[in-house]
Amino acid sequence: MSAHGTAYVPKSRLAKWFETRLPLVGLVHSSFVSFPVPRNLNYFWTFGAILMLMLGVQIVSGIWLAMHYDPSATAAFNSVEHIMRDVNYGWLLRYMHANGASMFFVAVYIHMFRGLYYGSYKAPREVLYILGVIIYLLMMATAFLGYTLPWGQMSYWGATVITNILAAIPVVGDTIQSLLWGGYSVGSPTLNRFFSLHYLMPFMIVGVVVLHVWALHVTGQNNPTGIPIKSGKDAVPFTPYATIKDVFAATVFMVFFAYWIFYQPNYLGHADNYVPANPGVTPKHIVPEWYFLPFYAILRAVPDKLGGVILMFGAVLILAFAPWLDTSRVRSANYRPIYRQFFWLFVVVCIVLGWLGAKPPEGGYVIASQICTFYYFAHFLIVMPLVGLFETPNRLPGSILESVTGPGKQVHGGSGMPVGAAAAPPSKG
Amino acid sequence: MANTVPTPDTATGAADGSRRDFLYLATGSALAVGMAAAAWPFVASMAPDAATVAAGAPLDVDLAPIQDGQIVNVFWRGKLIFVRNRTEKEIKELSEVKLADLIQPQADSDRVKEGHAKWLVVYGNCTHLGCVPIGHQGQYDGWSCPCHGSLFDASGRVRRGPAPSNLPIPPYVFEGDTKIRIGEEAGKAVA
Repeated sequence: MSAHGTAYVPKSRLAKWFETRLPLVGLVHSSFVSFPVPRNLNYFWTFGAILMLMLGVQIVSGIWLAMHYDPSATAAFNSVEHIMRDVNYGWLLRYMHANGASMFFVAVYIHMFRGLYYGSYKAPREVLYILGVIIYLLMMATAFLGYTLPWGQMSYWGATVITNILAAIPVVGDTIQSLLWGGYSVGSPTLNRFFSLHYLMPFMIVGVVVLHVWALHVTGQNNPTGIPIKSGKDAVPFTPYATIKDVFAATVFMVFFAYWIFYQPNYLGHADNYVPANPGVTPKHIVPEWYFLPFYAILRAVPDKLGGVILMFGAVLILAFAPWLDTSRVRSANYRPIYRQFFWLFVVVCIVLGWLGAKPPEGGYVIASQICTFYYFAHFLIVMPLVGLFETPNRLPGSILESVTGPGKQVHGGSGMPVGAAAAPPSKG
Repeated sequence: MANTVPTPDTATGAADGSRRDFLYLATGSALAVGMAAAAWPFVASMAPDAATVAAGAPLDVDLAPIQDGQIVNVFWRGKLIFVRNRTEKEIKELSEVKLADLIQPQADSDRVKEGHAKWLVVYGNCTHLGCVPIGHQGQYDGWSCPCHGSLFDASGRVRRGPAPSNLPIPPYVFEGDTKIRIGEEAGKAVA
């Protein structure tokens, strides 16, 4: 990429002294200031920044909650009520953390569907994309572990159902279950280790996010046309253009987040979780949090326990193979008239699966779950390979600039990437 | 190529390359064994600890206070267990059920201890997703699971899904006519 803009030049003696010993400021400058960003990015591209913000919110609110939380089976439930009633602003910290998890998933699902629509998983971004799938897996594990911590009825029975699912794994299932439980059933040792792992995993996510951003800055960002940056006129510098757009989008997202915290703090939870865990009584209707519902529907669509478990994990893992299952050479679905329709069908199927996951597994709901589960996998295993082979894509624009200004037009005194213009006269090519 | 350069080691007669290979293999093996040995205590520490195992010792249940038709819940190793004192009528009806009608065919007499047909002892979590079925409910007058509608008879056998199998029977022995010991089989505590 020729479009690297102004390099960081330390000015003060202290900055020079530091930069020659650790070029940290230069790294930040090249990644978040002069980094060339396609000029046609839409607001779907702000969710990466929103996700980083949400990760920060979850880590900070979680560390503060851990100062007041007691991870033992006898004290956990009361310590959460203690946070709600006695700790100054404890209610705010807890509602922020509980609803923050949901907002994190709202943002990640938009981010993922954006990547699938615009073909952001295709070469050369496969590693970047797979790192994203790993982050998503870690997020799911973290969210599940966190949900058990209040030790209410849903926490307890959720932990029971999920650890029973793992016991379905042949040969090693019982051992894994016993190592997770630390006993003969879900109990205090289970809660203790779940708390420990729940605290660990966000920092693992931070590590993979660093790799994700690193990979992003090697390949550059995809964009709504899916065609790469060809000249400086296709790009704008990250700061101020992307920075200010990300800040604006994050602010709007925070308004959305605040609505849940202050007006509907318990809407996304389950009332049963305000009943202390009781191994002798089951809540009437066990359902996971909304962000797991599509996978829960897939699990229950299969009459066989092990088969259901395999399909549920397969539904996540199949995402990692998308770069090789999609045979089209065109990235963006904007230029793929047939695939675009299948894409929206896939989105609808995912939403319907989520709805089915909240329904009791009886009669028509099971049949509908089976049909949707079939399409979910068919989208990856049949639609992606075949549509790519038989579809005739629309004509792609000649460049990102052309997609913005229309064909044949020139930008007069445009705000394109300065390609070093601020520091030195532009060198063509 | 580096390995064509003679080194003092070649004087011993062994080819330099094979000596290197051996050293790499030996070092790698030692590292792998060392890593596995170091990981062992970390993994083993997650297994049930001594206190939990001790608390999982066999449990004595006195049957004398349990009335005819009554179901009592007990916990052994954190798991819910139903102890049911079945009526003569229930036992008679159960013995008349055709095995071919069952999802997991099992005779009622195989699910109780010989000479103690009154007493049914079963784990109290539905074999579907682990919910707790409610006693004396459903058309088989056994248990009915509130979660997904599985029905069990008074022998704990599944009569209607989605539960795939009968309620399992924990290890237990009779100590006299009115006392059982859960967690013991053939005179020995189970692991």
